[in-house]
Amino acid sequence: MYRIGVLGDLDSIYGFATLGLEVWPVADAEDGKRILKEMVGTGFGVIYITESLYEELKEEVAKEKEHRLPAIIPIPGIRGNTGQGMRDVKRLVEQAVGSDIIFND
Amino acid sequence: MAQKKQINPTRMELTKQKKKLATAVRGHKLLKDKRDELMRQFLILIRENKDLREKVEQGIAAANKDFVLAKAGMEDEEVNAAFIAPAQSVALNVDFKNVMSVELPIFECKTRTADENDIYSYGYAFTSSDLDGAVASISSVFQDMLRLAEVEKSCQLMAQEIENTRRRVNALEHVIIPTAQENIKYSQRKLNENERRTQMRLMKVKDMMLEDAHHYKEKAEAKFKEAQ
Repeated sequence: MYRIGVLGDLDSIYGFATLGLEVWPVADAEDGKRILKEMVGTGFGVIYITESLYEELKEEVAKEKEHRLPAIIPIPGIRGNTGQGMRDVKRLVEQAVGSDIIFND
Repeated sequence: MAQKKQINPTRMELTKQKKKLATAVRGHKLLKDKRDELMRQFLILIRENKDLREKVEQGIAAANKDFVLAKAGMEDEEVNAAFIAPAQSVALNVDFKNVMSVELPIFECKTRTADENDIYSYGYAFTSSDLDGAVASISSVFQDMLRLAEVEKSCQLMAQEIENTRRRVNALEHVIIPTAQENIKYSQRKLNENERRTQMRLMKVKDMMLEDAHHYKEKAEAKFKEAQ
């Protein structure tokens, strides 16, 4: 059995606690790095992470991308959508196909 | 073009290179098929990924708005107290599906209690009704969020594998196969040349031996003089 975690600033993520997800509030990027590292080794299957924090932890997240688990998924935080998640999807298309053929805008 | 490695033009080397070429051609075909199939599956998945992401981002944005509104009408302490002990908890069951040697995760979520109203972790006495709405709206996007995690992780793994496979296909197509062909040609040319050389030498030796035995040259000269 795996766990599902949510990582980000408290205001963005406290609502997920009601669903039974584990919320891990983060004060700053340094804190985020430390907590993410801790989470990766402890049986998390999915880690949702707010886009603003995700941008600051890019290197750490990139390291985990090649592994089967956990899936680290950016979600919009309380301050709105930065578009990082979509940019990632676009980048995946570019990586696989060679050029972007899905988002033609 | 990379510097060509010199090979020994021997029959054994030729057989080896021919075997290598056959394997490379077969591998190239298989890998190309693998790449094409991966690409087809990837394109289906990535479209779903894009749609799901749009849906989830909208859903979370709406839920966040609801939470902000709910929080505005309540004291911080009350909100914190409401969420301090979640009634529900989830465990994730992960299965793996093998698609063209890429292990794609399948997430299945199990809640601790079956009652879907267990997401409300508070009595309703001290909280505003906006909070109930906010909790309901965040719970409505959760299934999509889970599916998004599954699809997005699959896309990441597939994109990686497609990139690797494409590299391998290109390396076989543009380096390994041409080199092997070149080596085979070179060996064959060299071997043929050696054979011709040996034959020429044999003919020459035979001529010399015949000359020694029968003295054709002297006889021919004598005949020539006689005729004069």
